[in-house]
Amino acid sequence: MNAKYRRLFITIIIILTLGLATKLILMALEDNIVYFYTPNDLIEKFGDTKNIQNKIRIGGLVLENSIKKEGEKTIFMITDRKKEVKVVFKGPLPDLFREGQGIVAEGMFQNNNFIASEVLAKHDENYMPPEVADALKKNNVWKGDSN
Amino acid sequence: MFDWLANPNRFNRITEKIQPCILFITIITLISGLYFGLFDSPKDYQQGDAVRIMYVHVPSAWLASFLYFSLAISCVFYLVWKHPLADLVSSSIAPIGALFSALTLVTGSLWGKPMWGTWWVWDARLTSMLVLFFFYLGYILLSNAFERKIDGSKTASVLAIVGLINLPIVKFSVDWWHTLHQPASIIKIGGPSIDDKMLLPLILMIFALSFFSLYIIILNVKTKLIEKKCEALLFKSNLQEISKTG
Repeated sequence: MNAKYRRLFITIIIILTLGLATKLILMALEDNIVYFYTPNDLIEKFGDTKNIQNKIRIGGLVLENSIKKEGEKTIFMITDRKKEVKVVFKGPLPDLFREGQGIVAEGMFQNNNFIASEVLAKHDENYMPPEVADALKKNNVWKGDSN
Repeated sequence: MFDWLANPNRFNRITEKIQPCILFITIITLISGLYFGLFDSPKDYQQGDAVRIMYVHVPSAWLASFLYFSLAISCVFYLVWKHPLADLVSSSIAPIGALFSALTLVTGSLWGKPMWGTWWVWDARLTSMLVLFFFYLGYILLSNAFERKIDGSKTASVLAIVGLINLPIVKFSVDWWHTLHQPASIIKIGGPSIDDKMLLPLILMIFALSFFSLYIIILNVKTKLIEKKCEALLFKSNLQEISKTG
């Protein structure tokens, strides 16, 4: 009986220690685990976009009435409702791309413009039929990020 | 209580009775879940028909995590109480869990391409799910990698318990970090953010896959018990042969 409890005790100690170690590692690696920064995160972390030399990802909503087409290029603003970043992208956009949609853009900064090499759509966790979505919009109780 | 359940004869007798019920529930929920999921549930306002991948993807992901939890608990019972049946249970769970985590990754990828615009990204949710799949594979490989079965079982059980750390990371990755994967829809503060008509097939499918797994696990354990019995009989007859000739 005693040996059993000792084994149980050791197992629990091992799980707790490993859990703590993992938590510390994850905290230390937070910058690498975060898949994207919001425009506000960027300013808080780097101060100015000139300080960013590497490839990064920015996530947020496509600002309403900001989409412009210039030949093959699409120019739009990503917003987190606090700060905005101007994005220039050349290439095919995902089907879900539209005003108010959550997106993630990967690329680099050039003179305060974000030159994206890839744009991915990020959909939200709300699932509903189109009729319900229409009704919500009509009654002005819409909370989703789509316009 | 555990001792009482761990008796193989009693296990056989009880499962004999409940197995047909489990199979019945599996078939009913699977058929109704697939019917509601594929034909009688609305399109999503954003994703259209592609949302139907959810009815396979989400239950698979839940089961992959839940089965891993059961596997690890069963490994604790094996290491601490040294119940041989606990080892049979863990090794019966492992292939099914591996199957569901693979299914989660594949269906997620098929869903990601049309919706996000990519098959795969290294965000926290997707990566931790891949790590879960590798833990299943590692468990299966390790438990068969030793000459003596008991060494394999012990080493693999330790690995399975270590992998337990990954489970909260899979579940909460979408809340702790910015990920491309969206946060939870069903279990969240303020109730599910999913329409009732879509929630119904989702829950039916979760039941269907859970009972399916339970059925297969019981079958697996039974097969392994019979294998053990055969080995013991063979061993006995070999002994008799040796004592006769010698």
